[in-house]
Amino acid sequence: MLGIIRQKLGAGSSSATMLGQLQRIRPAASALRSFSSSAKEMTVRDALNSALDEEMSADPKVFLMGEEVGEYQGAYKITKGLLDKYGPERVLDTPITEAGFTGIGVGAAYYGLKPVVEFMTFNFSMQAIDHIINSAAKSNYMSAGQINVPIVFRGPNGAAAGVGAQHSQCYAAWFAAVPGLKVLAPYSSEDARGLLKAAIRDPDPVVFLENELLYGESFPVSAEVFDSSFCLPIGKAKIEREGKDITITAFSKMVGYALQAAEILAKEGINAEVINLRSIRPLDRATINTSVRKTNRLITVEEGFPQHGVGAEICASVVEESFGYLDAPVERVAGADVPMPYAANLERLAVPQIEDIVRAAKRACYRSVPLAASA
Amino acid sequence: MALSRLSSSAPGSNLLKPLTSAPSLRRSFSAAADDSTPITIETSLPFTSHVCDVPSRTVETSPKELMKFFRDMALMRRMEIAADSLYKSKLIRGFCHLYDGQEAVAIGMEAAITKKDCIITAYRDHCTFLGRGGTLLQVFSELMGRQGGCSKGKGGSMHFYKKDSGFYGGHGIVGAQVPLGCGLAFAQKYSKDETVTFALYGDGAANQGQLFEALNISALWDLPAILVCENNHYGMGTAEWRAAKSPAYYKRGDYVPGLKVDGMDVFAVKQACKFAKEHALKNGPIILEMDTYRYHGHSMSDPGSTYRTRDEISGVRQERDPIERIRKLIFAHDIATEKELKDIEKEMRKEVDEAIAQAKESPMPDPSELFTNVYVKGYGVESYGPDRKEVRAVLP
Repeated sequence: MLGIIRQKLGAGSSSATMLGQLQRIRPAASALRSFSSSAKEMTVRDALNSALDEEMSADPKVFLMGEEVGEYQGAYKITKGLLDKYGPERVLDTPITEAGFTGIGVGAAYYGLKPVVEFMTFNFSMQAIDHIINSAAKSNYMSAGQINVPIVFRGPNGAAAGVGAQHSQCYAAWFAAVPGLKVLAPYSSEDARGLLKAAIRDPDPVVFLENELLYGESFPVSAEVFDSSFCLPIGKAKIEREGKDITITAFSKMVGYALQAAEILAKEGINAEVINLRSIRPLDRATINTSVRKTNRLITVEEGFPQHGVGAEICASVVEESFGYLDAPVERVAGADVPMPYAANLERLAVPQIEDIVRAAKRACYRSVPLAASA
Repeated sequence: MALSRLSSSAPGSNLLKPLTSAPSLRRSFSAAADDSTPITIETSLPFTSHVCDVPSRTVETSPKELMKFFRDMALMRRMEIAADSLYKSKLIRGFCHLYDGQEAVAIGMEAAITKKDCIITAYRDHCTFLGRGGTLLQVFSELMGRQGGCSKGKGGSMHFYKKDSGFYGGHGIVGAQVPLGCGLAFAQKYSKDETVTFALYGDGAANQGQLFEALNISALWDLPAILVCENNHYGMGTAEWRAAKSPAYYKRGDYVPGLKVDGMDVFAVKQACKFAKEHALKNGPIILEMDTYRYHGHSMSDPGSTYRTRDEISGVRQERDPIERIRKLIFAHDIATEKELKDIEKEMRKEVDEAIAQAKESPMPDPSELFTNVYVKGYGVESYGPDRKEVRAVLP
């Protein structure tokens, strides 16, 4: 029976509906899709699955733990096929007890194993956050290097579609505030593969923030991405689009929105540089500041709550390091300062849209109509 | 209630009646310390069990072991009392949770296991660390925040570790150490090491939800995890009957077997831990409840007498003190004289004083240590002090 299900799911399928999961609004197509037919493509889901597969194959200490990761093939099918391949000793279905199984994962990491703990969404990580912060992040420091914690906490983060307030929060800012943690947020399939492999190999605790709406997205990938030794550096952002008029920083799904906003801005003569952060902690301040020193204007984009968010940290960094280069105040585009509503129209108002990024960019370029009385 | 415990404990006049006919010649202390002649004794109380068999009350020991127990417990006792003085003279800062009274649990456990087995505990960890092979110098240096400390001065009283001999800390968050301990057990099973983990927690932590989550998973996955409740009857200032609807902590596992043990009797502890290790390797988790007592308050900020009477404390000291028990056994079997034991105690005191003097010589950590060990791999990232334009460091 499992075999039939596996075949139905297929390989490389970008279909978003699996085994009757909730319908979701299809995200706008990625700007990178329009390539020649000879480019190889890979979905984010396959990128993550293959990364897990290869790392488990290469290192017997790597094991997976989480709700539905085994027999269900993963709540979002990220761990599909891994139970069959590696067996129930290395792919463990847990009860719905985040505090307990996260603590067990951290304890296993203390002993020297390399757990990959899945949270069905990061909203549930709050049940286990004491273990992530106090048991994992701080241990290497408190023990002066005796106890390191080579663990990865992964799962979907941020807003999905229509899932309401308790299932839509973005935790990037909270986790990235903590010294001792590393926080990664992939966007494309190349990001997903390279960063997850890097995270699993890393000797420190890594919080790996995926995005449910990106799982089904296909991205073109170069040949080297398929290699089992492919790895991306932690702490380095990627310049997705070079520009000279304004810098737009973003991570995860918002990178796609920023790239589309850049296309629209280009038509109006504003040449935007889009930075895919990839790593929230360590934050690639060097790349961001170098870019701002070139463009002199900055917008930060994120889905999470605005107060004390990732954008606030980026703005502070730029003000500290590159104040003299700024020609306009830094603009922040973030989720609305409200719990996520359910109604589709309100939900749309609660999350940044492409037009929000465009409008903010124009403001930073002094190209929008001022709100005050007209001249 | 805690007060009624005094009348029900029967230290047993059988302590003074040797069960085997050991030769009545008095031997000198140095000979006794090497003498492995078996002596058979009985634990002070029978074991009570929940969903499992009871181990035998009859234990084998030897003059060598008795002398070692006496010496080790006397050292631990002396160490904790010295820490009290250091705290009062402000050389130890912050938290200091003392273990005096509970020594039998640490010593009895060590006697039953190896350094490949793991121990994890909460913040009352100084003696547990010593039992795992830590030195007095490492203890006092860490308590005073010096480089010679086991965590190089960066952890403090609650964060002692000794990974090379299976001691995983040293944890400040009540109850967190139990899932962590079950994780160690998971890793031992995964690695096929045939070893076990003892996860220690107090009667206060026994009510934590994550404990039951971890116990459920341990039972489901047959992990070699032994949960040890060091029941000293008070969670900080709250007596167990005010915090737990059912203070029979050894029964709390429901489907998980449990054993109630006199935690002030080092032989009962040793026997129970031996039994538990055999059980855990074959059948998965088991709970041990150690009935023990701390003479100090919860921490150095707590006098310990606002929620307990001084009579209760002195009563336990008179009737159930673990070191006194061993002293009586040693006399009953003519293993050493009173003077010899007093000499040992003086020697322990001297060792402690010397370690403290040496620890005081240890320097405070270099300011650059503020930024070390944040990560194993820092990727050359910058970190900042309070004034980030003033103090920056590159993480290696």
